[in-house]
Amino acid sequence: MIYEPSLMAVLIFGGIVAITLGLSFWLGSKAKSSQGYFAAGGGIHWFVNGVAFAGDYLSAASFLGICGMIAFYGYDGFLYSIGYLAGWIVALFVIAEPLKRMGRFTFADALDSKFQSRGIKLAAAISTLVVSIFYLIPQMVGAGALITPLLGFPHYVGVLMVGTIVILIVVTAGMVSTTYVQFLKGSLLVIFSTVLTVMILQRGLTTEPENNGKPTHQFQTIGPAAANDIEHWRSELNLNEQDSLIPLNQGPWENKGILQLTRADKISYWKLTETTDQQYFLSETQYKLKNKDGSLIVNGLPYGAGEGETDFYPVGRISKLPGDKTETGALGPAEFLSTIRESEIILWGSETITEENGSAVTIYFPKPTSGQKVLSPGNHPKFAGIRGTDLWGKLNFLSLMLALFCGTASLPHILIRYYTVKDQASARKSTIVGIGSIGYFYILTLFMGLGAMTSGALDVTNSNMAAPLLAKSIGDWLFAIISAIAFTTVLGTVSGLIIASSGAVVHDLMSSFLKIEMNDFAKVRIAKIASVVVGVIAIILGILFEKFNVNYLVGWAFSVAASANLPALVMLLFWPKTTKQGITVAIFTGMVSSLAWILLSADSYTGIYGLDPTTAIVPFSQPGLVTIPLGFITLIVVSLMTQPKSQGMES
Amino acid sequence: MAGFDHGPSEPGEQENSETISRNTRLGLKLFIVYLALYGGFVFLNTFAPAKMEVVLFAGLNLAIVYGFTLIITAFVLAMIYGWLCRNDMASSAPEKQEAAK
Repeated sequence: MIYEPSLMAVLIFGGIVAITLGLSFWLGSKAKSSQGYFAAGGGIHWFVNGVAFAGDYLSAASFLGICGMIAFYGYDGFLYSIGYLAGWIVALFVIAEPLKRMGRFTFADALDSKFQSRGIKLAAAISTLVVSIFYLIPQMVGAGALITPLLGFPHYVGVLMVGTIVILIVVTAGMVSTTYVQFLKGSLLVIFSTVLTVMILQRGLTTEPENNGKPTHQFQTIGPAAANDIEHWRSELNLNEQDSLIPLNQGPWENKGILQLTRADKISYWKLTETTDQQYFLSETQYKLKNKDGSLIVNGLPYGAGEGETDFYPVGRISKLPGDKTETGALGPAEFLSTIRESEIILWGSETITEENGSAVTIYFPKPTSGQKVLSPGNHPKFAGIRGTDLWGKLNFLSLMLALFCGTASLPHILIRYYTVKDQASARKSTIVGIGSIGYFYILTLFMGLGAMTSGALDVTNSNMAAPLLAKSIGDWLFAIISAIAFTTVLGTVSGLIIASSGAVVHDLMSSFLKIEMNDFAKVRIAKIASVVVGVIAIILGILFEKFNVNYLVGWAFSVAASANLPALVMLLFWPKTTKQGITVAIFTGMVSSLAWILLSADSYTGIYGLDPTTAIVPFSQPGLVTIPLGFITLIVVSLMTQPKSQGMES
Repeated sequence: MAGFDHGPSEPGEQENSETISRNTRLGLKLFIVYLALYGGFVFLNTFAPAKMEVVLFAGLNLAIVYGFTLIITAFVLAMIYGWLCRNDMASSAPEKQEAAK
């Protein structure tokens, strides 16, 4: 969709960035030591740190990805919310305090506090870098997706802007400014998500949502009739003799149930939907034709905002409310959910068909769906397996939920936040504040997602924009603020990740593994150089991965983090026979096996290589169910094989 | 303001080994409670997704009620943990003073 840049959004965005940078410069002038740079001198108040946890964690994927996923697929998006939050329980009850007791700067410090092993430092540093960079990619892609509608720039400009601003923030002050950016962002996100949710409930539900005061386009659905009853369809569409309606069943169009209508030289596509009694409905779709020369046709006209050009219609509405009402008026939270459950909602699916001449048509088609289905699991293509009988589909879902559960406590940028408070009690208290704010926000995601689903404002081509567009359907001011917050969301998370990476380079790789002697000043200088290098890598990858789904990439990061880091952390804390060799080998095994599994999965076959997903080597796409236990087993076996001899004699 | 103090790190909290092991045991117990709740949710979604459509009360189905319960329980357990650990510290404080004398 084409978005008109809003002056208010630009001003609010500029204001927030200016405040953030101002804060960074001011705080930066105060932090001189390396501990001040990496761990904020251990002097951050636990409440500030707790909200900053929320700021770190509620990344672009949480805010934009989950709201978008709920808006497009219903309850399945909320499963991510539940999994992401559950991971904090592992962090609080199992990892937080022992970690705070053991380390000073990085995840590797904690792992290595018992052994002083260079191997562990190397393994932990590489794993931190890999996970951070994986997690950085979706943040940068999210930044590009936001900047386009907000300021009207192309994707790469958005990525470059975020990269540059973040490098400035990180280089000027390190962990202190990052913490305050996160505190600011976490607070704003929770406050304005509450405002948005209250306004959704106040507005209630309607079958005729308005967008900017204008009614939304009503897509036609005709029938029922037999699929091949062309005469029936022609008469319902009031076609004359010059118009043509052809079922497309050749080559790549085979079995897609699409009919091509040419009326007054304008082409449109219509999709057949089967009813329970083998009758069919025919629905108007939207489409995008990308010609080989790169030109775009949308719904039969050139794509654009000028004369003779067109744009996609915004979508997402309720088609039937209970009791055949047309609107409900203000609703309470439980009433809002129960009304949706009793309604029928138009969701949208899409299908891309590549022609032999190289042009590609993406057809977006309406899917009337019962509210009961919307509020239960299994609508998203990646979750559909749980509704089937195939065991692999079910294992894939189990694997994802396991990775979400185990991944949080293994994310380097979350772990380093434990070093910014002064003691274990503060680490504990800040985690509780974090869980409270994050849990509250995740409850709101369900209302925001469903609000977007029924707002008539969705961009059918981009689910990441659901939350900002929902805000726009309520008011331009709210759109401006939500977009600016979403942008700072990206800024904050990227800052934290870059700090974690630069910490890994300086402390673990250079100082501990390569044994390079450095004073505090040199350490901070090298960390800043490392930040710039990691930032530049993130910018490049953010531009290259433009077309990738944000949540998909986050799933990768969680799986790799959980497989590589969690077995080492947990066993070190709870199994006295753990050895340094066990930890080192387990980190490498978890990291390499999860990466290999991802690269050999059906998702990568379609997403990266463009190959037939049925030929993928691994049976399901999410690695966690196999690679997390593999990490544990490797650690146990290697540790048992490398027990110190003296211990054996004593026993 | 505490948050703007960027001097050297303050010394960490002094914990005795008894407090540490008590906190660890408490953390593990609460973790197992949550793991059972989360595991039940994941297995129900995986192997009996139709059960999630059952309406429990106020027009809300099991999927919504269980999901909200998981989020709220996480916070409640976190509060319980924080409160019990604080009690431990409060009760051990006078002992420390005694020892100092």
